[in-house]
Amino acid sequence: MFGTLTFKRALDKIMLAVFFTAGFITIFITVGIVYVLLSDSIEFFKEVSIIEFLTEKEWTPVFATKKFGIWPLVAGTFLIAGIAVAVSIPLGLIIAIYLSEYASTRVKEIVKPTIEFLEAIPTVVYGYFTLLFVTPLLQKVVPELEAFNSLAPGIVLGFMILPYTASMAEDAMKGVPQRIREASYALGATKLRTAVTIVLPAAISGVVAGFILGASRAIGETMVVAIAAGMYPNLTIDPREPIQTMTGYIVQVALGDLPFGSIEYLSIFAVGLALFIIAFIFNSIALWLRTKIREAY
Amino acid sequence: MISNKKRTDARSDILFPIIGFIALLLAISFMITLIIDILIDGFIKLKDPSFYTSYPSRFPEKAGILSGWVGTLLVMAGAVFWSLLIGIPAGIYLEEYATKRGIIGKIETIIELNINNLAAVPAIIYGLLALGIFIYRFKLGESILTAGLTLSILMLPVIVVNTREAIRRIPRDIREGAYAVGATKWDTVRDHILPYSLGGILTGLIIAASRAIGETAPLVTIGALTFIAFLPPSPFTSEFPFISLDKIWSVLMSPFTVLPIQIFNWVSRPQADFQINAAAAGFVLLLLTVLMNALAYYFRQKVRRKYIW
Repeated sequence: MFGTLTFKRALDKIMLAVFFTAGFITIFITVGIVYVLLSDSIEFFKEVSIIEFLTEKEWTPVFATKKFGIWPLVAGTFLIAGIAVAVSIPLGLIIAIYLSEYASTRVKEIVKPTIEFLEAIPTVVYGYFTLLFVTPLLQKVVPELEAFNSLAPGIVLGFMILPYTASMAEDAMKGVPQRIREASYALGATKLRTAVTIVLPAAISGVVAGFILGASRAIGETMVVAIAAGMYPNLTIDPREPIQTMTGYIVQVALGDLPFGSIEYLSIFAVGLALFIIAFIFNSIALWLRTKIREAY
Repeated sequence: MISNKKRTDARSDILFPIIGFIALLLAISFMITLIIDILIDGFIKLKDPSFYTSYPSRFPEKAGILSGWVGTLLVMAGAVFWSLLIGIPAGIYLEEYATKRGIIGKIETIIELNINNLAAVPAIIYGLLALGIFIYRFKLGESILTAGLTLSILMLPVIVVNTREAIRRIPRDIREGAYAVGATKWDTVRDHILPYSLGGILTGLIIAASRAIGETAPLVTIGALTFIAFLPPSPFTSEFPFISLDKIWSVLMSPFTVLPIQIFNWVSRPQADFQINAAAAGFVLLLLTVLMNALAYYFRQKVRRKYIW
């Protein structure tokens, strides 16, 4: 009897240790990411000065005269993310207001999982669709649109991030207490006026957090841009020209054979570090905004 | 003046639902167009049975996805294995065991913050982690093992969040009842928490797997090959115990390709015939994703009906 009790207590301790270990191991993922990005970036910056990295305006790692200025890649990344956000915010906001203030529960039940499925579609499929459907379609309307461009991937990413810009915004607006709406109706305001002047401002930090997470997702997206935006580091704001994003560069280099420690191998870690920092900043802002909502109610 | 404003308000209140509905239709028709487009483009290949049983080839009309779907299956099996070993227990720990007190409490907060942050890391960064750590430092090679590990890291945040939510739904009374009759924490977890939350945990696992199955970027960086004209060796033997550890190891260390990588390779080729293959394989991948999401949805509804507290 006592034997089984001791056994039970010991087993309880062992299982606690097992579960704790599983949780503890996950810390090493972040440690691993930071370690590998930093250590290989430091190696990279021994060969390429960090000043050149941040001030040079050309990125030509495969040319005879190698230049490592990250700006063309950063510009490409932000150009595409900018187009995505420009498409996604108006569309997402309209959908969010419609779903949260107008749509019936039945419509919502069908529509929300459908919109959230946009996130689940494999990005390589989006890439195919962008290159072989969206770009040819746009070429009929936009003059001098090249086969690889930033416009088509930007638009497709705009739809892809709707789960953040529409669905998360709707969640935030739904969280606004009903009594605030009723007060506005009682003063004679219409539904739309209430939605725009009362509900949206009350939910703004959650809505904006959704937008920022969407933008961050567009910045980190890889396959759509690798397939449809071209592989040409190009410091431009013309959305018709081929460009290269930070993620696109990593893919391009990774497709070749990488000798460990070569300058190309090291360069993708430096680009990865820059990408990681940008994503981290965006997510910290979004996280901070979301804790602000919790304070409000 | 006032009546004018009122009229505009009234008019826009009628107009907006129409605009909203159009925006919604736009988003949904975008998705439907995508699905129909790849279905039409790939239809010839999709109805050809040899597409599913052939290896990739230099000749587009002979090329198939055999090594792709076998690779996907093996890599996903690995990812699910690691998730069962790390992800789900980590979620259970954070929700059921964590007390947030003392030094251990500080570690718990770090674990929690860390997992929240991982959810927002771009997928390709995990590819760099795998390349720098698993391949070059741990020497695991460009193998099925490395790919499974990488995807399981990608799945981790989704699994932890879903595991925690499933456990959180179980009322405190259940635990108190178990403790009152002398059950230890582990007894309670084994006999009550796990059975009641299993549906929710599995839903999370399926959703995470449905995302991971379409991931391409992190596997490109670890060098998944696209031209694999062979399958990993079979781990089964004709003699007892019918399975050999050495052979399992050689499966794990085997080079591989997966469906998304195969699609990426075919899209990048200039010949239109290869793009038909890309569309067909893309449709297969999309179908898998849809099925997994539908399964998760079904599970979730079933669990909600089964346990009403």
